[in-house]
Amino acid sequence: MKHRHTKQLALAGALIVAFIGSQFAGHINPYYLQVILFIGINITLATSLNLINGYTGQFSLGHAGFMAIGAYASAFLSTEKSAGVFAALGGVSAFSIFVVFAGALLAGGIAAAIAGLIVGVPSLRLKGDYLAIVTLGFGEIIRVLIQNTDAVGGPRGYSGISGYTTLFWTYAVAALTIYVILSMVDSTYGRGFLTVRDDEIAAEAVGINTTRYKVTAFVLGAFFAGVAGGLYAHTTTYINPSGFDFQLSIQIVIMVILGGMGSTVGVAFAAVLLTLLLEYLRFVAGYEWLPDLVRRIASNRMIIFSLVLIALMLLRPQGLFGALPRTGAGRVRTTPKPEPGPTINTR
Amino acid sequence: MPALLELNQCTVQFGGLTAVSKLDLQVGENDLVGLIGPNGAGKTTVFNIITGVYRPTSGSIAFEGKPIAGLKPNVIAGRGVARTFQNIRLFPTLTVFDNVRAAFNLRLKHRLAHALLRIPEFYREEADVARQVRELLDIFDLGRFADLRCGNLSYGDQRRLEIVRALATKPELLLLDEPAAGMNPREKEQLMELIKFVKKKFEIAVLLVEHDMKVVMGICERVTVLDYGVKIAEGSPTQVQADPKVQEAYLGEPAKKAEERNA
Repeated sequence: MKHRHTKQLALAGALIVAFIGSQFAGHINPYYLQVILFIGINITLATSLNLINGYTGQFSLGHAGFMAIGAYASAFLSTEKSAGVFAALGGVSAFSIFVVFAGALLAGGIAAAIAGLIVGVPSLRLKGDYLAIVTLGFGEIIRVLIQNTDAVGGPRGYSGISGYTTLFWTYAVAALTIYVILSMVDSTYGRGFLTVRDDEIAAEAVGINTTRYKVTAFVLGAFFAGVAGGLYAHTTTYINPSGFDFQLSIQIVIMVILGGMGSTVGVAFAAVLLTLLLEYLRFVAGYEWLPDLVRRIASNRMIIFSLVLIALMLLRPQGLFGALPRTGAGRVRTTPKPEPGPTINTR
Repeated sequence: MPALLELNQCTVQFGGLTAVSKLDLQVGENDLVGLIGPNGAGKTTVFNIITGVYRPTSGSIAFEGKPIAGLKPNVIAGRGVARTFQNIRLFPTLTVFDNVRAAFNLRLKHRLAHALLRIPEFYREEADVARQVRELLDIFDLGRFADLRCGNLSYGDQRRLEIVRALATKPELLLLDEPAAGMNPREKEQLMELIKFVKKKFEIAVLLVEHDMKVVMGICERVTVLDYGVKIAEGSPTQVQADPKVQEAYLGEPAKKAEERNA
């Protein structure tokens, strides 16, 4: 087959572009650069949540929790535990920073993946709304735990993190995330995820180990959220537990829904769009020629988000890029209507 | 030689309700057995305990001589028991092709490295599966619909696709739950041909739950009759048909008997 290596080529291309782009990062206005970094981080967050919510149909509201774990774990490691690594590698250099940062991000991802396993396994018996509530609770528990951990600053937040995140790192991670998810979806794993979403009972009846796929989705989604958290912590250099609250989870969910559940490209696009919208609203709130009401609405992002979501659900319920039929948008499980003829027993 | 499938004194209770009571049932290799009974007799429950959806409250189930009661449904499917559902349960967002391909997951190695690194073996395996799926679809004349979303198929084709998907797991025993439900007489005729064909072509045993007497009497070699979870008759279709207990379960008791009771 000719097109076998399209995905690898795309990945390699994305990495090269990210690398070249990062060489010019110094010329970009620091504010714009930060927005560009946030866009990359949000792409990672949204596409990884899409694996859980979109492809596998498990409605999770705990992505901010996974992100928080990754952020704190990697920040703690790179700040408190990196002295030995730097010493061993002969002081602070581009290479030793690379090693330390890669290690910290990986550790953050693994910590979040373990959390994903811990929350994934007991949640397997739950579906739909119930699962959403449990993951929501989980995210809050993480936040409260961090708030009460003095080693990472508790409610004061954790400061003094090195600003290691670069354009290259952010977009390399985003590209890798998309590559991993697309490769998995286009394999036996993907069929596993999709059948779990479509009809769990039927999936089990054809021998698909639904537990395995659900746990895989949770662990992998959490891993990338953790890495994204690490990138975020090393972008802002200061993190605070209240920044990883329920609203953040909702924002990521909105990106997934806006892009179209189960469409990686759409979700990545929606992440770009919403991040830009959020930033633009800051300016709108500052335009003095606008009526006071508009400015006040603009300064409250959640109102805009809700309006966007309502409009989308009315006009395009499958999401901007969603290729799914209406009934399949997410966790809905319906057998297609029998076409003609007499009634058939449903259930 | 033990029977392919053997239910021994199986009882299923939901709270105070006994759905199936001390049922003995055997299906031999290459058998075509019918399981009939009025609504609520416990036929689907029998299917659900065989396929692991429920665990029998008591009693044992053996498949190829090994106990399977209480195993998870996907494990039982792996042992060689496939089923269809009373209400069609396809994967609605997948294409016809992928519906069948998903059933091959069972027989495939799953290695993350295969999917991520796309080593040649990955492509070999995928191509091999794709060929088998196409072959199966072609046998049942569904090949031309391969790229359609399964919901766009006609009702009869959806039923057929569900059977094809079950066969893709390479079973020894196929359980069909009311395959003729909602079909018109011509579709029923075709279904009967199809079941006979499947049994012969794939050399498997079939256990059939069905309401439609014409279908059951037309193709089954043996019939078991359930009423209120109790087996009330067993034998060849003609024997069962003549059984007064069966007639009573389906049609009610004869007027004379009712008079006697009321007197």
